[in-house]
Amino acid sequence: MRAQDILLPNAAGLCCKPGGFHIDPVRPVERAVITHGHSDHARAGHGAVLATQETLDMMRLRYGENFAGSTQAIRYGEEIRLGDVKVKFHPAGHVLGSAQVAVTCKDTCIVASGDYKDAPDPTCTPFELVPCDVFITEATFGLPVFRHGDASDEVKKLLASVALFPERAHLVGAYSLGKAQRVIKLLRQAGYEAPIYLHGAMETITHYYQSRGIELGELKPVKGMKKAALAGTITLAPPSATADLWTRRFPDPVTAFASGWMRVRARALQRGVELPLVISDHADWDGLTATIAATGAGEIWVTHGQEDALVHWCRSKGLKAQPLDLVGYGDEEESETPLQGEAEA
Amino acid sequence: MNRFAELLDRLAYEPGRNNKLRLITGYFREVGDPDRGYALAALTGALSFKHAKPALIRDLIAARTDEVLFGLSYDYVGDLSETVALMWPKATLAAHNNPPPPSLTEVVTTLRTLGKTELPKQLERWLDELDETGRWALLKLVTGSLRIGISARLAKTAAAALGDKDPHEIELIWPGLAPPYLDLFAWLEGRGDKPVNRDPAPFRPVMLAHAIEDGDFAALDPADYIAEWKWDGIRVQAVAGRDERGHITARLYSRTGEDITASFPDLVPSLRLPGAIDGELLILREGRVQSFNVLQQRLNRKVVSAKLIKEFPIHLRAYDLLGDDENDLRELPFAERRERLERFIAKLDDPRIDLSPTVPFDSWEALTAARADPASAGAGEDADAVEGVMLKRRDAPYLPGRPKGQWWKWKRDPHIIDAVLMYAQRGHGKRSSYYSDYTFGVWTETENGEELVPVGKAYFGFTDEELLQIDRFVRRNTTEKFGPVRHVVHEGDKGLVLEVAFEGLQRSPRHKSGVAMRFPRISRLRWDKPPREADRLETLERMLKAEPAEIDV
Repeated sequence: MRAQDILLPNAAGLCCKPGGFHIDPVRPVERAVITHGHSDHARAGHGAVLATQETLDMMRLRYGENFAGSTQAIRYGEEIRLGDVKVKFHPAGHVLGSAQVAVTCKDTCIVASGDYKDAPDPTCTPFELVPCDVFITEATFGLPVFRHGDASDEVKKLLASVALFPERAHLVGAYSLGKAQRVIKLLRQAGYEAPIYLHGAMETITHYYQSRGIELGELKPVKGMKKAALAGTITLAPPSATADLWTRRFPDPVTAFASGWMRVRARALQRGVELPLVISDHADWDGLTATIAATGAGEIWVTHGQEDALVHWCRSKGLKAQPLDLVGYGDEEESETPLQGEAEA
Repeated sequence: MNRFAELLDRLAYEPGRNNKLRLITGYFREVGDPDRGYALAALTGALSFKHAKPALIRDLIAARTDEVLFGLSYDYVGDLSETVALMWPKATLAAHNNPPPPSLTEVVTTLRTLGKTELPKQLERWLDELDETGRWALLKLVTGSLRIGISARLAKTAAAALGDKDPHEIELIWPGLAPPYLDLFAWLEGRGDKPVNRDPAPFRPVMLAHAIEDGDFAALDPADYIAEWKWDGIRVQAVAGRDERGHITARLYSRTGEDITASFPDLVPSLRLPGAIDGELLILREGRVQSFNVLQQRLNRKVVSAKLIKEFPIHLRAYDLLGDDENDLRELPFAERRERLERFIAKLDDPRIDLSPTVPFDSWEALTAARADPASAGAGEDADAVEGVMLKRRDAPYLPGRPKGQWWKWKRDPHIIDAVLMYAQRGHGKRSSYYSDYTFGVWTETENGEELVPVGKAYFGFTDEELLQIDRFVRRNTTEKFGPVRHVVHEGDKGLVLEVAFEGLQRSPRHKSGVAMRFPRISRLRWDKPPREADRLETLERMLKAEPAEIDV
């Protein structure tokens, strides 16, 4: 069976005809299979949703109880038959609950990996390599200039800055689902024990992480704190908040930003970031290429990001490769929508 | 090298001057000799070696990476050194045989002696040994494009802070020092004596004036003061001295002590008498002082061409003498130094150097009149280049810094117009949450009727309280947003009028309005004034007629 007969992009997203579902659809569909909770992948309004328990919980927190007609939770390693295909979930290492979806029809296996990273992350299950015939990969950081290095070194940079400027507040812009909790956990692992402050938009999802057994130490809302009391502290906030009115409550803040984009100076300077922290929840160039090679797939479909470079690389390695023109997926940091009821911070 | 790279990296993102100082001082404290000395040399532009050409860097990366991937990456990043630093694929070395990354000292000393043919191999080795930031700094260093917004003065100030010294003291001994500055750091850390400046033409810290306010005059006696014109050029110190062999060395310093001799080779032959002149650098054409706009076209040029020298003839107008041959005159009263200066300039007898005339006056009223009309008070045809008057106490010694009550500057009133706020942009650093950069416009008649045309941009002049008020106004009256820029309502009866003060005007084909302002700032918020009553472009055009036309270089 041809791979295109199993999965094919259409206006709603990646459609599996023989299975009767879409993966991460951008428009409301009858049956949706969702890889992870970021808002560009997990949208409200579908008939039935299949996802991990964590992803379903996050959708509920963001969109309210009635975000879908019906839901079904699936565990990593669990296999379900949908129509003529079998669907199996594997950890993607991107954020808590994120999954790759392996779709098998007859003897052809396609893995839609969603967003993934092969780097260690103490707040989610590590990425699992799934051998397959066709591998669908993201390309957010699909250029060889993106090499993310060790995230714990970046956190050391943050702590060194806090030590050098004890009278200033440190504001760390981080996406509120996944990145923020990972930064907090890394700070704890680096031995930072003081309370960490949270922007209002961070609270719900961070508390959800804690409820799933991820120890994050003492966290406090920044709201209501006196300006002087914030000297020498670290606060996590959504990236959009770190350049707004909201920052005036902090004493001479140092603006940090935790993102893979921070590897490129122009991107950091453009945002007025003073302390760029290269911490990414996506695979970097080395991660993408190593993963592609290791899956053993003979055919690679490349989605959202820098498709050209990755497709070129695949072909230079003798792999069949093509860009998949999927629209509606982006860099979550640039298009963050606040969780329900949390716009006020 | 990696630690130095880390410093450069952090400095490139830090907007605050004091924070930059702390970062640099912190580095000097933490890093030992001789690395920190070479770092100081790199930051002050005191390193010299032949720079590598970008083509060499391109060849290195081409040999290691795929051409298409490099092209896509370069397009994305936009900077050659950075692209190469980020995508450089390290050679796989045997794990037990990894050499440690090079120190800054190793890089600098090797580059000094390395032959051209050995450079590519050496660079390749270093690129393999360094991390991303280290590679970036290395490439910036070897290509001579280490621009990170740090002045030499700032780096010296950071070094001075290491030993709680006045940066002036470093400035004074600086010409006698050489990288890696072991003696300097020993003195700063209290381990050695202060290095002696054996330079034949050293810089002397300059004396500065206070701005005079209306209330100050009551306490001052006109008889105690000498007045001069305040010229709208750049303040310099021109020093000549004899070296050990008796040859004259001449140097030109900026007011902060930076050696700017190389930018004005045409003045050097005129500095043939040993001495130190405090004066103003001007452009003179047919004996007439040109406006600052003209001088500005000669400043900050990388290459000083023969054409530039010919079309922008440099001139020094002297107003003080700090040293005469071996004699230090700085302890003498100003009136006495002035006499020595007059004799010195007469003896020098050089068309490129003349005396700044004094302005005779016997009462503050008389000086007020002279200031209001310099043309009739002795400045004649040069009146356009006068930006006010200077008052100097007859008995004042030459004191570094800004001592109280000795020198006063009394600027001419700035030009003022009422303009309408059109666009606002977020500021940087501390001001990143404020709309603090304002584009303002004046009215003009167009084919679409009366329209506002932008004439300038200002981001200071207002108080903190006024900034809050404007910020609030911008947020409540935004009509459109474009990234960090907001369009602010500007109609005949809706909008904010800003009183803008500025020092001069020039024609500018780059601006839609055809004019560009010099040193514009917000002097007042005119909440009381409806926008339709703001000034018109014709008002500015009339002011322009007074300015001489510019010459293209």
